[in-house]
Amino acid sequence: MSTIQLKHITKVYGDGFKAVTDVNIDVGDGEFLILVGPSGSGKSTVLRMIVGLEDISSGDLLIGGERVNDKAPRDRNLSMVFQNYALYPHLTVFENIAFPLRLHKNRQSNDEINRLVNEVADVLELKEHLQRKPANLSGGQRQRVAMGRAIIRQADAFLFDEPLSNLDAKLRGQMRTEIARLQRRLGITTVYVTHDQTEAMTLGDRVALLRRGVLQQVASPRELYEQPVNLFVAGFIGSPPMNFLPATVHEGKLQMPFVDVDIPPAIASRLTDGELMVVGVRPEAFEDASMLDESRRASGATFQAPIDVTEWLGNEKYAYVPFEPHPDVQAALDELDRELDGEAMRTQLVASIDSKSKIRPGETSELWVDTSAMHVFDPKTGENLTRDEAAAQQIAEENEAERLRQLKQSKPVGDDKVAV
Amino acid sequence: MAAEVSPRAKIWLGVASVPIILYTLLPIGWILSLSLKSSGSITDRAYASLNKKAWSWENYRYILTGAGGSLFRPALVNSIVICLIATVVGVGLSTFAAYGIARLDFPGKRLILNTALLTAFFPAISIVTPLFNLWRSIGLYNTTLGLIIPYLSLTLPISIWTLTAFFRQIPWEMEQAAQVDGATSWQAFRKVVFPLAAPGVFTVAIISFFTAWNDFVYAISLSSTTGSTAPHFTGSQTVPAVLGFFQGPSQFIPPTGYVAAAAVIVTVPVVILVLFFQKRIVAGLTAGAVKG
Repeated sequence: MSTIQLKHITKVYGDGFKAVTDVNIDVGDGEFLILVGPSGSGKSTVLRMIVGLEDISSGDLLIGGERVNDKAPRDRNLSMVFQNYALYPHLTVFENIAFPLRLHKNRQSNDEINRLVNEVADVLELKEHLQRKPANLSGGQRQRVAMGRAIIRQADAFLFDEPLSNLDAKLRGQMRTEIARLQRRLGITTVYVTHDQTEAMTLGDRVALLRRGVLQQVASPRELYEQPVNLFVAGFIGSPPMNFLPATVHEGKLQMPFVDVDIPPAIASRLTDGELMVVGVRPEAFEDASMLDESRRASGATFQAPIDVTEWLGNEKYAYVPFEPHPDVQAALDELDRELDGEAMRTQLVASIDSKSKIRPGETSELWVDTSAMHVFDPKTGENLTRDEAAAQQIAEENEAERLRQLKQSKPVGDDKVAV
Repeated sequence: MAAEVSPRAKIWLGVASVPIILYTLLPIGWILSLSLKSSGSITDRAYASLNKKAWSWENYRYILTGAGGSLFRPALVNSIVICLIATVVGVGLSTFAAYGIARLDFPGKRLILNTALLTAFFPAISIVTPLFNLWRSIGLYNTTLGLIIPYLSLTLPISIWTLTAFFRQIPWEMEQAAQVDGATSWQAFRKVVFPLAAPGVFTVAIISFFTAWNDFVYAISLSSTTGSTAPHFTGSQTVPAVLGFFQGPSQFIPPTGYVAAAAVIVTVPVVILVLFFQKRIVAGLTAGAVKG
C-alpha cells in the first residue's frame, strides 16, 4: 500500500504532440482515484506513465514517496488490469493468476503459491474454473481472472485501464460493484481510468477530470456535481447532462429563453449590463409547476415552455424543450459538445420532472426552476462564477472522513485473517 | 469462419479429390515398387507384385549394408547433421530478428525486411558459382559449414517474414502485462511471447528443414565427397548429391533400384516430421487472450 504523487507530469510524443500537460495529483494511501475524460484526453497516457509503460517527458512520479521515473515497470511493484484483460492464452486460469508469483521462483514455495491462488480464487469465485483456459471463459470470468492476477501480488497499488468497457451493460454494472467491494475490502491505493461518468461517479473516492491533457478538477464525485469549476466539468458530469442556457445581464436580472431570474448576489459585482453569460441548470432542478406546493414554488421561478417530447422512465420523466440559442454562445456550446463526444442536433432544454406529471408533448406547460441550483459561467473562459469554495471545502472534508472510516475496515489478501 | 458444407457437396468433393490423390501418389508408389524389385525385373514396366514374398530387399541391403552403404550411410549422416544445424540456427536467428522487427521501432526496419526479401529473389544457380570459388579459396569447400551457410541464406528470409507476421499477431498488451507482473524482457519473451508464437516457430522449422533436406544445387556444387571413405576422410556431400552421381556396382547395370531404395529411405524422416509436428502447428492458439 502506498501513495502515488504526480508532480508536473507532462508527456510530449516524438512528433511534438503534447498528450498530457502539467498534471498534479496526489493519490492518498488506500484511495480510489478515477481518471476520467472524453476520448483523447490523455487519461490512459497518465495511467501508462504511472505503471511505466510510457516514458515521462518531464515532471516527477513518486510512489510511496520515492521517485520512480526511471524504474522499469517490474520494479515499481504495481499491478494492472488491461482493457482487453491480456490473459495468457496458453496458461490455465490457475497459472495465469500464479504468473506474477512464479516469476520470483525463490520467493514462494509451491504450497504457498497454491494457497494464495486458491484464496484469490475464493474471493473472485473462480474456484471451479482454475484448470480451464481463458478461451473457454465468459467475458466476466476473464475479467475476474485479470483481477485475480492483479491482486495476488502484494502490489503497492492497482491500476485499471477501462476494465469494464468490453462487457455488456448488465455485466458491467455487476463488475462495477464487484470492483468497488474488492477495493474497499483490500484497501489498496487504486487508479482507475474510464470514459464512463457513471463508473467515475459511483466508484471513486475522488475523480480527476482531464480535458486535452490538462487536469480540470480533482474532487469527490459530489463536489464535481455540485461545485464544478468550469463549463467543461459541469457538462461532462451528470446524465442527462446539465442544460446550458444563454443569458444576458440586464438591470440586475439574467435574461434567458423562457425566463428571467435575479442575479445571485455573490456574483452581482462581477457582471456588467449587457454582458452575455451561460447559465447551467441540471435537469433535476426543474419540475412541473403544478406538482409543487406553494412554499417550494416561491423558492424558484416559474415559466411557460413549449414541450416538444416527453420520455417516461418510471421513476421520473424527461421533458424536452427546444430553444433558439444566442449565436455568440452557440459557438462556445458547440465546441463543448464536440469535446464531450456529443452529436447534439438541436439545442434543447431537458427537464427531469415527476413521473406522475400530466405534462404532454406538443403542449405549452408551466415549468418551475430552482434558481438556487443555477450555475453562471463565463462563456469566454468557461469559469464557473457561482462556485462556492466554502461548500466545496466542506464536501471534500466529509468525503475524506468517510474514506478513512472505510479504509480502517479493509484487509489485504495474504493476511491469514481474510474473511470469506 | 468455415463455410457450411452440405453432405452432398462433401461426397462430390471426395469424388473429385480421388484423381488428385492418385495423381500425386502414383510416382511415390512407383518409386516404392521399383525399390522392391530385383535388378532383373526392374525394366518389366509393371508394379511390384502385391505378394509380400515376391518382394526383393536386395536394393535396400545394398544401399544400407552392402557396397553402396559406404557411400550412402555417410551421406545420410551428412544430410541429417547439416539440415538439423541449419534448422536450429536458422530458427533461432529468425525468431530474434522477427521479434525485433515486430516489436521495436528503429531506423532501417523496412530496409532489413526488404533486403531479406530481395536476397530470396536471386536464383540459387546465380550465386552458386561465385560461392564455389569463394569457398575454395577460404577453405569452406566440401565442409559442413560450407553447406550450412548457404542453407541459412535460403531459409532466413522466408523465416523472418513468416515469424514477423506471427509476432505482430500477438497483442502487445500480453507482453506489457507480463512486465507489469514483474517479468524481465527476457522472461516476458520466454514465458509469454515465445509460447504464443510456437505454431509459427514450428512451421518455420519444418520449412527450413525441408528446404535444406531437398536441396540439390548447392549440394552438388559445394561438396565433392561424403567423407569417411578412403582416400577422402572429410566431406559434406548430402544424399541428393550422392544419389545424383550414384553409379551402382557396375556400369552395365542401371542403378535404378538402388536409387529408388535410397529415395524411399530419405522420404521417411520427412513423413515422420510432418506427422510429429502436425499436432503442434495449431492455429488459433491465441484465441481467448483478448476479448474477440
